[in-house]
Amino acid sequence: MMAGKAWRSAILNLLRQWGLSGNAKDKLKAQEVSQVVGVLMRETPQPRTFIRGMQTVTLIPGDGIGPEISSAVMKIFEAAKAPIQWEERNVTAIQGPGGKWMIPPDAKESMDRNKIGLKGPLKTPIAAGHPSMNLLLRKTFDLYANVRPCVSIEGYKTPYTDVNLVTIRENTEGEYSGIEHVIVDGVVQSIKLITEQASERIADYAFEYARNNQRASVIAVHKANIMRMSDGLFLRKCREAAEKHKDVKFTEMYLDTVCLNMVQDPTQFDVLVMPNLYGDILSDLCAGLIGGLGVTPSGNIGANGVAIFESVHGTAPDIAGKDMANPTALLLSAVMMLRHMGLHGHAKNIETACFDTIRDKKVLTKDLGGNSKCSEFTDAICQRVRDLE
Amino acid sequence: MNNAITAIRRNGVALKGNIETKHTLPPSVKSRNNVLRTSLDLFANVMHCQSLPGVQTRHKNIDIMIIRENTEGEYSSLEHESVSGVVECLKIITRNNSLRIADYAFRLAREQGRQRVTAVHKANIMKLGDGLFLQCCREVASGYPDITFDSMIVDNTTMQLVSKPQQFDVMVMPNLYGNVVSNVCAGLVGGPGLVPGANYGQVYAVFETATRNTGKSIADRNIANPTAMLLASCMMLDHLKLNGYASLIRNAVLTTMNETRLHTADLGGQGTTSEVVQSVMRVIQSKGQLISEL
Repeated sequence: MMAGKAWRSAILNLLRQWGLSGNAKDKLKAQEVSQVVGVLMRETPQPRTFIRGMQTVTLIPGDGIGPEISSAVMKIFEAAKAPIQWEERNVTAIQGPGGKWMIPPDAKESMDRNKIGLKGPLKTPIAAGHPSMNLLLRKTFDLYANVRPCVSIEGYKTPYTDVNLVTIRENTEGEYSGIEHVIVDGVVQSIKLITEQASERIADYAFEYARNNQRASVIAVHKANIMRMSDGLFLRKCREAAEKHKDVKFTEMYLDTVCLNMVQDPTQFDVLVMPNLYGDILSDLCAGLIGGLGVTPSGNIGANGVAIFESVHGTAPDIAGKDMANPTALLLSAVMMLRHMGLHGHAKNIETACFDTIRDKKVLTKDLGGNSKCSEFTDAICQRVRDLE
Repeated sequence: MNNAITAIRRNGVALKGNIETKHTLPPSVKSRNNVLRTSLDLFANVMHCQSLPGVQTRHKNIDIMIIRENTEGEYSSLEHESVSGVVECLKIITRNNSLRIADYAFRLAREQGRQRVTAVHKANIMKLGDGLFLQCCREVASGYPDITFDSMIVDNTTMQLVSKPQQFDVMVMPNLYGNVVSNVCAGLVGGPGLVPGANYGQVYAVFETATRNTGKSIADRNIANPTAMLLASCMMLDHLKLNGYASLIRNAVLTTMNETRLHTADLGGQGTTSEVVQSVMRVIQSKGQLISEL
């Protein structure tokens, strides 16, 4: 650990790199300072992303509306002068030696090198004989944490206002282990797997995330009253992680209680951490609160520093190529990516430009209630982001 | 617990509050609520979520019947630690129980004149387990051509529920999704203090509040909302064919619910439990003539 002057100049350096302050400390917000402290306190060595200069990111445009919303994002990033270089790769399922399904080696190599990726929607044809693309990506990069920040969008009205929570879902095991057997005819057994290792990893991540993003509390969501051993193990690991992060408040809540309270008053929730199935359900429920998958960002954190940010909506083949798509979800995921990389200034500008455009209601895509084209919506955001420079 | 179960077997009907499960105790200590349900084979958990006129909520005109398989699925209590640090929890889906609950759902839908039954599942991931459940629902559906049948994946279901709950009519699902969907719906119509629930078996029936909460934090403070329990008891009276009394009490409860002044804390008011009960009793007593006709 550094002391005194070294600590202070490390903080100021990082803040300058993030484009947050030119000189005076007094222009900084406490929030930004503690973000920096969070970064400095991280055990892992600083990833290359924090070095000044252009950062290369792997871009997977995806299928259907994927390519057009990806172009929209690239255009907006250019207008915002974000120091990002895009390396485009396609992801399809191919069979390697021995018949094992995998993603194309050039895509894997790019992601392993760049560590950070942005991904549009991928289609999974039914009866294609291979597992879903998302599953392949998850397995290839050991994407163990799915993170979805759900924040109410001021211009996009839903019955719920002031939602500001984050769901962190364990993404490798639990009910989605895929292990099922027919015991006897008419009796099926599906196995939910909870391991100490995966639970510890996701719990640690949740608390680190809370710390790095100024979130006050973490709630572990479970059903240990019924699934005593499995959810019990998960809870134990969460409690242990809580001990190591005493600056973050920790509570446990039953899944049903969370659901009950979430639809009545979502403002009481902050960061939620849970096993796979509950995470799947709750993250979609929360997306519904703020307006659906078309406006919800998502990030997947993997081992070895890999992080892939993605839009979680479908490929919308019916509107593909018609300049009708809404790039908001992919854009907000890209903003999440910028924050992950420490580029908070650019993230804030792009996010503000996006929200202001939506709030203004003059140029909105069809799903947001307007009748503008995707390109028009994109241009409006580009204009605003240029004005914010 | 055994005495309680014996008593219910003898009487056939019970009204029940929730029993706390200390989940920090070892796995050998099972949830007593679950033991009661499985011992008596109360295979169908039925919950009717209706928007109440006197209660302010974000969504209006909700009228959903939820039928939840109540004995198996994720609540089978079969867990083991095969290797240290690796726990397996078994979710069991059987053809018999799936057919049974699907049949119950369609029969109830027909009885109540409902148009549509939606099966909630995650068969894209749990292909064999939820796949079997879905298949059984389809089989039963084919015997009820007057009722529309469709299905929806559980995560999409919750998203739809918080944006457009009015689209749902009758929903049928395995145990865990039932837990989630029931609680979401109860929250949508005003919270745990309002909605009654029923657990039906072939022979026995147990009535309780739909979301099965102990309400530990508000216990003994005279602020709990008695509505859910009172309405559960009305369901019990209907089950016992004492429909006159059921309607009398139910109307009194719903009339009282319209009085915002009497709303308890969970509804944003400052009324006490005893005030609500007094009001219900007063409404009943004012219908003196009707009582003597019953």
